[in-house]
Amino acid sequence: MSVVPADVLPGGVPAVGAAEPETAELGPRARLWPSLAAVYRAQLSRARVARIPLLFVATFQSVGIMILMRGVVDGGGEARAVVAGSAVLVVAFVALNLLAQYFGQLRAGGGLDHYATLPVPPAAVVLGAAGAYASFTVPGTVVTAVFGCALFGLPLAHLWVLIAVIPLAGAALAGLGAALGLLAPRPELATLLGQLGMSAALLLGVLPPERMPEAVRLARDLLPSTYGVEAFARTFAPHPDWALVLGDLAVCGVVGVLSLAVATWAYRRAAVR
Amino acid sequence: MNTRAAQGFRHGGDVVCVVRGLTKTYPAVRGRRGVPATPEVRATDDVELDIRRGEIFGLLGPNGAGKSTLVRQLTGLMRPDRGSVRILGHDIVRHPERASRILAYLGQESTALDDLTVSLAAETTGRLRGLDARRARGERDDVLDELGLAPLAGRPLRKLSGGQRRLACFAAALVGRRPLLVLDEPTTGMDPVARRAVWSAVDRRRAEHGATVLLVTHNVIEAETVLDRVAVLDRGRVIACDTPSGLKEQVAGEVRVDLVWREAAPLHVPEVAALRDRVVESGRRWTLRLAPEEARTVVATVTGGAAFAALDDFTLATPSLEDVYLALGGAVRQGLVKA
Repeated sequence: MSVVPADVLPGGVPAVGAAEPETAELGPRARLWPSLAAVYRAQLSRARVARIPLLFVATFQSVGIMILMRGVVDGGGEARAVVAGSAVLVVAFVALNLLAQYFGQLRAGGGLDHYATLPVPPAAVVLGAAGAYASFTVPGTVVTAVFGCALFGLPLAHLWVLIAVIPLAGAALAGLGAALGLLAPRPELATLLGQLGMSAALLLGVLPPERMPEAVRLARDLLPSTYGVEAFARTFAPHPDWALVLGDLAVCGVVGVLSLAVATWAYRRAAVR
Repeated sequence: MNTRAAQGFRHGGDVVCVVRGLTKTYPAVRGRRGVPATPEVRATDDVELDIRRGEIFGLLGPNGAGKSTLVRQLTGLMRPDRGSVRILGHDIVRHPERASRILAYLGQESTALDDLTVSLAAETTGRLRGLDARRARGERDDVLDELGLAPLAGRPLRKLSGGQRRLACFAAALVGRRPLLVLDEPTTGMDPVARRAVWSAVDRRRAEHGATVLLVTHNVIEAETVLDRVAVLDRGRVIACDTPSGLKEQVAGEVRVDLVWREAAPLHVPEVAALRDRVVESGRRWTLRLAPEEARTVVATVTGGAAFAALDDFTLATPSLEDVYLALGGAVRQGLVKA
């Protein structure tokens, strides 16, 4: 049994539902770009407070790996792969690992309700957060790349290619990270998956592919960050083959669009249960 | 607070939110290692509600009564198994995304805003509610001033006390006007000043643009003072719905007597022993619900003679909403807060 409140009110009451008003006008919808910008700005301010120490960790980790590899690798193609891999590893650490953790915690802590009860397109939330995490990797990636070039004696001439590599690899990895965080049933699992993803980026991205067994090389081809690494590594050549660089970046971009689409789908799924 | 009831009925006429037959069942969970099995739970059970324009409508019940589950279904966050929800004429079960354009929701968690400053949290929420940048900033400033949060505007929510953080989240909920405010325990952890700020902000929105408020609470005192009408929830069902005083009239014939013994009840006194099977015992405290005449006799007995030596303290009180809840057959004996 349940009680219809209208019946128990003193002073007589309209019949149930009789006085229901005309369908009211809905409030405005938040449009994609302004809300994306608002989420981006908010996330960037968050990152400034909470993520600076972690960014240092990411950078030192990559620098440390390069110093370690200096003893093993003696220039040539392998050195290029190490420097490019270490630089992209910073992107993987922040965009994949930290974003997976963030969305995992947001989901577990009920934080998604906040966004789900605002008239904001899911893509704006996912892209805004992914964009903020990806742009936060810029200083660490640049520092790592410059340090690596100095360490291995590689040319700095084409470092500008990072302008394309960071957003494209960032999109692919951030989309993957967001999707992992939103799909993981528990926040600890999201953290674990983020860490695993980053370990994969480390092992498969930094180590020169020539020394890997066939199966591992296949796994390397499946990892979205690989194409960013490849594109970046090619630009260290004396005469870079720009067609191949563009090809790698295009793959990276396509994977980025796909993984962000998956992340948006995962967000919708997680927001309304 | 005295104007509140009058306002509620001035706007009282058309119904803002109509809920019919709303049912949601959580499936049974099989136990795993370290996790005990839980049986199937009816979180909301055939709930019917009519919330009228301009009133503060409360959902009262102990923890786990299904208040939050009900609210999640009204805000489009959860799909019910059965039943209908219409808010201002919109079918929320079929179009859950429309809820976000009709109502503002203040949930219990602040995870999404924790790292932002108070000012940015309010502004961003306004932007995501569809305001352009200039209006979002304008409304942000107005709301922060109104709630006395301006001095904290530059501090991240994480660094604030629980009550201040709650107030900042409430501020974010107010940016970008909505005809319906759904507030899930908005004043948890707040000091009296912050509480007053919340209720006067709510009153202002009611008086100025006829806003309606759906308030979730397990705080009995708050329910009695701020609500126009209240639905009492118990295990997913609405067991009563009326004005707070209307509900209390249902148990008007009873008085609550609390007896606190120094150590143990003096059961050697026959009058005291006779009461034993009618009390709710909790440690040294005995609670009795009695007719006024009986209550007077009991008080006379324990304040004189042999029982008095064992008595530490006693109180006699008119019924509160908690007594209503218990009298109506509310099964959970704990979880309502009297503070």
